[in-house]
Amino acid sequence: MFSFILRRLLIIVPMALLVVTLTWVLIRLAPGNFYSSEKKLPPAIEANIKKRYGLDKPWYQQYGLVMLNIVKLDFGESLKYQGQTVNEIIGRHLPYSATMGLLAYLLALAVGLSAGIFAALRQNSLWDHGSMAIAMLGLSVPNFVLGPTLVLVFALDLYILPPARWGGIANLILPVITLSAIYCAYIARLTRAGMLEVLRSDYIRTARAKGLDEKTVLLKHALRGGIIPVVSFTGPALAGLLAGTVVVERVFSIPGLGNIFIQAVLNRDEPLVLGIVAFLSILIMIFNLAVDISYGFLDPRIRYE
Amino acid sequence: MDFWIRGSATNNQGMEAEQQKIVKGTSLWRDAWKRLLKNKLAVFGLIVLVFMVVSVTIGPPLLAWTTGLTADFIPADSDLLNSFPPSSGHLMGTDEAGRDLLARVLQGGRISLMVGIISTFVSLIVGVSYGAIAGYLGGRIDNLMMRIVDIIYAIPYILIVIVLLSVFRGPNTPHWIAWMSEKFGGAGNQGLSQIFLLFFALGLVSWLTMARVVRGQILSLKNQEFVLAAKATGVSAFGIIFKHLVPNALGPVIIYATLTVPSVMLTEAFLSYLGLGVQAPYASWGSLASDGVKNIAIFPWQLIFPGVTMALTLFSLNFLGDGIRDALDPQTRKF
Amino acid sequence: MSDHNGTILSVNNLKTYFQTEDGIVKAVDGISFELKKGETLGIVGESGSGKSVTNLSVMRLIQEPPGKIVDGDIVFDGIDIRGLSIDDVRKIRGKRIAMIFQDPMTSLNPFLKISTQLMEVSRLHLGHTKKEAYVHALKMLKTVGIPDAESRIDNYPHEFSGGMRQRVMIAMALSCDPELLIADEPTTALDVTIQAQILELIKDLKERMGTSVILITHDLGVVAGMTEKIIVMYAGKVFEQALTTELFATPASPYTKGLLRSVPDPAHEQGKELYQIPGLPPDVAHLPAGCPFAERCYRVEDICRREFPPFVQITQDHHSLCHFAKEVYAESVAERAALVK
Repeated sequence: MFSFILRRLLIIVPMALLVVTLTWVLIRLAPGNFYSSEKKLPPAIEANIKKRYGLDKPWYQQYGLVMLNIVKLDFGESLKYQGQTVNEIIGRHLPYSATMGLLAYLLALAVGLSAGIFAALRQNSLWDHGSMAIAMLGLSVPNFVLGPTLVLVFALDLYILPPARWGGIANLILPVITLSAIYCAYIARLTRAGMLEVLRSDYIRTARAKGLDEKTVLLKHALRGGIIPVVSFTGPALAGLLAGTVVVERVFSIPGLGNIFIQAVLNRDEPLVLGIVAFLSILIMIFNLAVDISYGFLDPRIRYE
Repeated sequence: MDFWIRGSATNNQGMEAEQQKIVKGTSLWRDAWKRLLKNKLAVFGLIVLVFMVVSVTIGPPLLAWTTGLTADFIPADSDLLNSFPPSSGHLMGTDEAGRDLLARVLQGGRISLMVGIISTFVSLIVGVSYGAIAGYLGGRIDNLMMRIVDIIYAIPYILIVIVLLSVFRGPNTPHWIAWMSEKFGGAGNQGLSQIFLLFFALGLVSWLTMARVVRGQILSLKNQEFVLAAKATGVSAFGIIFKHLVPNALGPVIIYATLTVPSVMLTEAFLSYLGLGVQAPYASWGSLASDGVKNIAIFPWQLIFPGVTMALTLFSLNFLGDGIRDALDPQTRKF
Repeated sequence: MSDHNGTILSVNNLKTYFQTEDGIVKAVDGISFELKKGETLGIVGESGSGKSVTNLSVMRLIQEPPGKIVDGDIVFDGIDIRGLSIDDVRKIRGKRIAMIFQDPMTSLNPFLKISTQLMEVSRLHLGHTKKEAYVHALKMLKTVGIPDAESRIDNYPHEFSGGMRQRVMIAMALSCDPELLIADEPTTALDVTIQAQILELIKDLKERMGTSVILITHDLGVVAGMTEKIIVMYAGKVFEQALTTELFATPASPYTKGLLRSVPDPAHEQGKELYQIPGLPPDVAHLPAGCPFAERCYRVEDICRREFPPFVQITQDHHSLCHFAKEVYAESVAERAALVK
């Protein structure tokens, strides 16, 4: 088990390097650069700045520098936000995204799991069809429509919640609901399908033949197998939630990391893009590792060699 | 006597059907179709989709012919600073520029539905070929190809889309994309060929899961007797992959493809909201809805009509996709 | 304990139907039988003949929908099972009636330890504490012959072989000393050598504990040495019902004769083709009007296709569902006489 984790942790390093390499190639492939999109600078100043970032060197030296930075986990200074290191920028904006993302996922787990379990238990009932239709709606309404609609109803019409900005808990309610909607829908559907699959299996029939009541059959015998799909969904979902909050950030004027990333890509702010991509890809791989480890706790058949 | 004759006749029919199933396998699809038609939600989805496709196809010319309204027609009497609520002249109201919203929703539907079809098709071609080749070759090449998929997974797709869009922008647009957009909307149309570029870019970031699904299928199929038989009769590797293996993996491919359609449409809407998707003067449901969001408190119909149309379509696509999955995979079917 | 002539289970005119896409499937259609205390009953039939559904109905384990017990009586030790609330049924399940299933690979919960799965039965029905239950579980594992039970009790099912898992299933089923054990194809999924061991175990435990047993199987060889009575089922009906010795010696149903002929005989001549009943079992959703076996029967006549056959009594305990039951019986008796000579 220990050596499994160690090996998986070690693989993260070359994988992250490859991801960053590919990202670097992608940025370089795109015509133009940071300076062509900003207002025209005098050539002397531009040359000066380029020298400072090592952009005057041949491409392989630049690439080597990028790789070296990644290994040191120091991505240098942003081109756009001069004088600020990439690490500072990530450190400043991540807490917003992380708070929202984590809360949204917890909410999605709570609502999605219970809705999915109830739907599976009362299969083909009104509750089942109703909650699955709502889940489908969650998958079909873009969150840039859902967010403003919630604001309109709860903030601008009913005046019960603040419409935007970072602040107290009340400020978090609407963005977290908006963010969690689609994950909630996914989890509910995954849970329902997983539970139905398990509830049809032979060992559930055995459990019923033992005389156990439905609650025990469900919680003790069916739940573990039924939520495995949800567990595998959790890794990518959490990673996506930490970075993919850009719409919610825009709708609710929250200074999270998602917007910073989009802006960095549009501005060709190379160090910032590479830094965020490296950070996120490492995060994704760690989440996936955590998911794989938690499989082992859920399913005794899985062995780590 | 009567009973006997009828009884044996039905039995014979039953046996014939059984034989046909073995020989042709066509009744498998007919069975699936029957099951699909029994699923009320899937049928609802199918009806809504057919309605949408017909509306966006014949809607714009019909509207132009009956009322003279088109997606970019600005009436002379319009108040340029105001947007009108739905009325008998403008069933969905107008936008701020005075353009008829119904005409724009119909026109935008063409783009949105084409995103769904073309991007899914691109992802289908790339994903199926990639996955089938990796699965068929196996070993190290498979391993390498799948690690590449893993790495691309870890790169934010939005970065790839932006890079693809900017690399192939303007004069760099591949000729065949320009040609396609010409066929669709007339020559020399820069904006439209950029939209087609977007379709392809979206397809090129949506094939990863498809490749995994197909690879898994091929891995489990490639050691079966019919493949050996094909090899023994000298069928080429290409022939085996695309004539023997891929058709047998069609079920999961169709299932996954139907679920890709709503997902790429949603992604297009998201990109349009960020200002990276469909650009003016063109519109899609996503771009119309994101324009509408800006005026949600004053001119709510600007959001409601494109938003509801889009959500309804995605809703139907999702239900249809679920229905197709249940129909093709009876084991997960509801009892 | 019971004064109902020593009868532990009586099933009368049981009908269990399923609602499917193809219409109503009459999986069990008017089954009756009786089981005395300490007796072993064999239920034989091809897959889809309704033998498992019959016994799941007895346990009220039919998923509803799509299934439903539409008619009939199930009386267990004087208790009307159909009339019980589901909570009262649960008090009987696992305690007074226990069940062993076909596939020990899938019938044990792969996520839970063997000890957990064993202990929950005795804790539920016998009110054991955790400690008592653990000791009891260990005792049961030893009873069913799990070697080194102390060290294996906390293993997971996947760490056991198929035969060992079936032993665990039996330990679980017998842990509350049930009055009736229903074994649904307990050996089908096992290797031949293991099959014999498991059957021997069931037989041995039954004798020691005085349990009544219903043994469901598609294999006549399995029931031969184990049972006192046999029911042969086909298409949801009882086709023949007799004492085991009589059924094997002088069957009165063409279907039973076919089944007996298709059992491979070790003395079978090499190169001689094995007998098999022609055709396939009928589609239970679309049964013909006459005898459901008519299309496959060697002595079919017009009346078989036209009219549903009567349930003919041959001797005291011997019944056969056939228009020509008496003739078939006479045939068997003659064959028997010829063989003995």
